[in-house]
Amino acid sequence: MLANAWVIPAITFVSFWLILFFGKRLPYKGAEIGVTALALAFFLSLATAGAWVSRPADFEVEPPVKTGESNVHEEEHAIAAAVESEEHAPNGHDAPAPSGEDHGAEEHHEPIREAVQREVTWFENGQVTIKAGIHIDGLAVSLLVVVSLISLLVHVFSTSYMHGDERFTHYFAALSLFTTGMFVLVTASNTLQALFGWELMGLCSFMLIGHWWEDSKNSNAALKAFFTTRTGDVGLLVGISILFFAAGETFDIATTNHAALAGDIPKGVLLGAAAALLVAVIGKSAQFPLHTWLPDAMAGPTPVSALIHAATMVVAGVYLVARLYGVFWQAFDIEAGGYNPVAMTGGVTLLIAAALAFVQRDIKKVLAYSTVSQLGYMVMALGVGAWTAGIFHLFTHAFFKACLFLGAGSVSHSGSHHSFDMVDDMGGLRKYMPWTYRTFLVATIALAGIFPFAGFWSKDEILLGAGENGYVAFMIVGLVGAFMTAAYMFRCVYLTFFGEPRGAAAHHHPHESPPSIVVPLQILGVLSIVAGLLNAPGIEKFSEWTSNATVLGAGVEHHEFSIAAALLSLAIASGGIATAYAYYWRGVRVGAAKYDRGPTGVVYRFLGNKYYLDHLYEGVIVRGIREPIARGAYWFNQKIIDGVVNGAGIAARGLARFVYEVLDQRVVDGVVNGTGLASEGAGAGLRTMQTGKVQQYAALMLVGTLAFAGLLWAFV
Amino acid sequence: MYLVQFLFLAAFLFCVGMYGVLARRNAVLVLMSIELILNSVNINLVALGAWRGFDELVTAQIFALFVIAIAAAEVGVGLAIVLLIYRNRASVDLNEVAEMKG
Repeated sequence: MLANAWVIPAITFVSFWLILFFGKRLPYKGAEIGVTALALAFFLSLATAGAWVSRPADFEVEPPVKTGESNVHEEEHAIAAAVESEEHAPNGHDAPAPSGEDHGAEEHHEPIREAVQREVTWFENGQVTIKAGIHIDGLAVSLLVVVSLISLLVHVFSTSYMHGDERFTHYFAALSLFTTGMFVLVTASNTLQALFGWELMGLCSFMLIGHWWEDSKNSNAALKAFFTTRTGDVGLLVGISILFFAAGETFDIATTNHAALAGDIPKGVLLGAAAALLVAVIGKSAQFPLHTWLPDAMAGPTPVSALIHAATMVVAGVYLVARLYGVFWQAFDIEAGGYNPVAMTGGVTLLIAAALAFVQRDIKKVLAYSTVSQLGYMVMALGVGAWTAGIFHLFTHAFFKACLFLGAGSVSHSGSHHSFDMVDDMGGLRKYMPWTYRTFLVATIALAGIFPFAGFWSKDEILLGAGENGYVAFMIVGLVGAFMTAAYMFRCVYLTFFGEPRGAAAHHHPHESPPSIVVPLQILGVLSIVAGLLNAPGIEKFSEWTSNATVLGAGVEHHEFSIAAALLSLAIASGGIATAYAYYWRGVRVGAAKYDRGPTGVVYRFLGNKYYLDHLYEGVIVRGIREPIARGAYWFNQKIIDGVVNGAGIAARGLARFVYEVLDQRVVDGVVNGTGLASEGAGAGLRTMQTGKVQQYAALMLVGTLAFAGLLWAFV
Repeated sequence: MYLVQFLFLAAFLFCVGMYGVLARRNAVLVLMSIELILNSVNINLVALGAWRGFDELVTAQIFALFVIAIAAAEVGVGLAIVLLIYRNRASVDLNEVAEMKG
C-alpha cells in the first residue's frame, strides 16, 4: 500500500468529477459519492498507516555526505521500477527514479523506517527532468490519516448541515477537490507537485468560503482569503525557484533537504530560500501579520471552517516547514538556540491571536483566533527544533479543533437558529443539546491542555522541546499562551452552554442535532481524549513512527517526558480555567448581570459559603475573635482576590482591544491601504504617458532599446 | 567576404525604416517601413551566418525564413486593420487614431 498511496488523492479527484457531472441526478445530490470516496480514502489511509507501522525499522542512518552525492538503494529501485511499468505506462519512461531519500543526518545511529519514494517522469526539458511521484514516510502517513478522517466526518456532518442548500452538489464537489489538494501536498515527492496541491487548496478555499456569495460580505471574505494567501504564495514560488537551482536543478524534496543539511548550498542562498518559504507559511498558516484572512473566512459554511482549520489549508504551511525542515534548520541555525524568524513568527502569533480571542462575540471567531494561536504553537515548535512535537500538535489539534468547529456548527444548526453570536443568541444550551455540550467541553479541555486529554501531551512536548533546546523565552511564551487558551475557551463554553438562554436560543426551541451531526462529534470527542496517548511516556509510538532522517536535522530528538514541566503547564492551564470560572461562573464580571451558577454550583456554594465553618463554630469561638477574622477574610476575598481576578480580566481585555484596534486595524490595515494608495498614485502618474499615438510609443520603444544597447555596450 | 558592406546595407535599411515608422502619417507607409526594418534584420542574420560558416548559415537562414513568415502574417493583420480604419473614417492618418489615450 505504501507504494500505491497515489490512489488516495486519485480517488477524491475522480469523486470531484463524478459529483460535478452526475451529482445532481442522484437521489442524495452527490453527497453519497463524496462520502463513499472519503470513506474509501480513509480506509486506504489506514491501510497505508498499517503498512508503514509494520515496515521493519532496519534502515541505518548515515551521516550527511559532504559532496552531496545521493545514496542509491538498489532494492527500492527494483520495486519502484517493477510497479511503475504497469501503472504509469502512458507517461513513458519506466526508468528507475533516482531515489534521493533517506540521506541520514542524525548523530546517533538508530535504525529507522525507510521512506518509500516512487516517481514517474512528468516532463523533460533539456537537461532537466521533472518528476511526479509520491514520498511516503511517517509524516505523510500521519497527515493522510488525519486529513481523510476529518474530511470524512465533515462530509457526513455536511449532509445534514447543508441539507436543502441550493448549491449542495457543488459544495460536495468542492469539498472533494479540496481534500484532493491536501492529499497531493502531503504525498508530494517534489516541491513543484506540492505547489500544485497548495494552489488547489487556495482555489477551493475561495470557492467554499464564498459558498453563499449572494451576500457580499461572504464573497469579500472569500476574496480576502484568496488574495492574502496569494501574497504568501509569491514567497513559495520564489523559495521553490531558489531551491530548484540551489539543489542542482531538481525539485526533489529529499534531495533538497539532504543538500541543505550537507552544506552543499551556500548559506546566503539558503537563507533567501528559507525566508521566502517562511512568507508562504505566514500567508497560508495565517501567522501574524497575514492572519487577518482567517477570522473572515468564517463566512463560509461551518463544516468548511472545520476542514480548513483542522486538517487542511492552514496546516499546509506547518507541513511545508516540517517537510523542508533541512532547509529551515540549516538556514536559521535552529540548533543554535536563542531567536530565529520561524520561532519568533510562531511565538508572536500565538500571543496576539490568543489575546484577540477574548474580545470576540462570535463563537466561530473565538475558534478562528484559537486556531491561529495553536498554529503559532506548531510553527514555534518547528522553529525551536521540536519537530516531533510540532507535528504531534498538528495531529492532536486536528481532532479537537474539528470537534469544536463542528460543535459550533451543531449549536447554530439546532440551537441558536443559524446565529453565531454567543452574547446575544446563545446561553444555557447544555440542557437542550447534551451531546453537543459534552463533546464541546471535552474538546475544550483537550485544547486547554488538561491531563490526560490530547492537547496536554502535544503542548507539553512543545514546551519541553523549547526549554531543552535553549529557547527558554519561547517556553515562557508558550506557558502564557496556555493560560490564555484555557481562559478564553472556557469563556466561550460559558457563554454558549451556561447561563440563561438569550435571543434566538430562548425563542426558537433549541433541540439536539440529528445523528449525522452528533455521531461525528462523538467520534471526534473520543479522539480528543485518546489521541494524545499515542505519544505519552512509555508508549511514544508517534515519535517512533514519524522518526525519519529525511526531514530531521542533526540533533533533533524526542525529549524525555518531564514530570516537573508537565505539572507546571498543567498548573498554568488550570489557572486559566480557574480565572475564567471566577470571571464568568461566579459572575464577578464588571458591569454585567450575574448569570446562573451552573452545575458547578456545589463547588460554588462551598466556596461562597465559607460561613459553613462559621456556623459550625458559632457557639465555640468567641464572637469578639470571630468577627474580625471573618471581616478580615471577607475583606481579603473582596479586595485582594477579586481585585486580582478583575485586574487580570481587565488587563487582558485592554490588551486584546489594543491589539485589535491599533495593531490589527491601524498598522496592518494601514499598510494594506497604503499599498493600494501608492499603486493608485503611480497609475495616475503613468497615465499621462498613454497618449494613444502609435508613433510616440514606437519612439519610446526606440529610446528604450537604444538605452539598453548602450548599457550592454558599456558593461559587457 | 563582404561582411561590412552587407552590414552597412542593413543599417541603412533599418534607419530608413525607422524614419518611416516615426515620421510618416500614412498607416500604409508605416507598415511598409516596418517591413524594411524586418528585412534589414534578415540581411544581418544571413550575412553574419555566412560569415561564421556553414552550420551557422543554415541556422541563420531558418531564422530568416521564420522572420519572413511572421512578417507576412503581421502585414496581413496590419492591412486588415488599416482597411477597417479607412472604411470608418475615410482616412489613414495615424494622428487621428488616438482613441486609446489613457
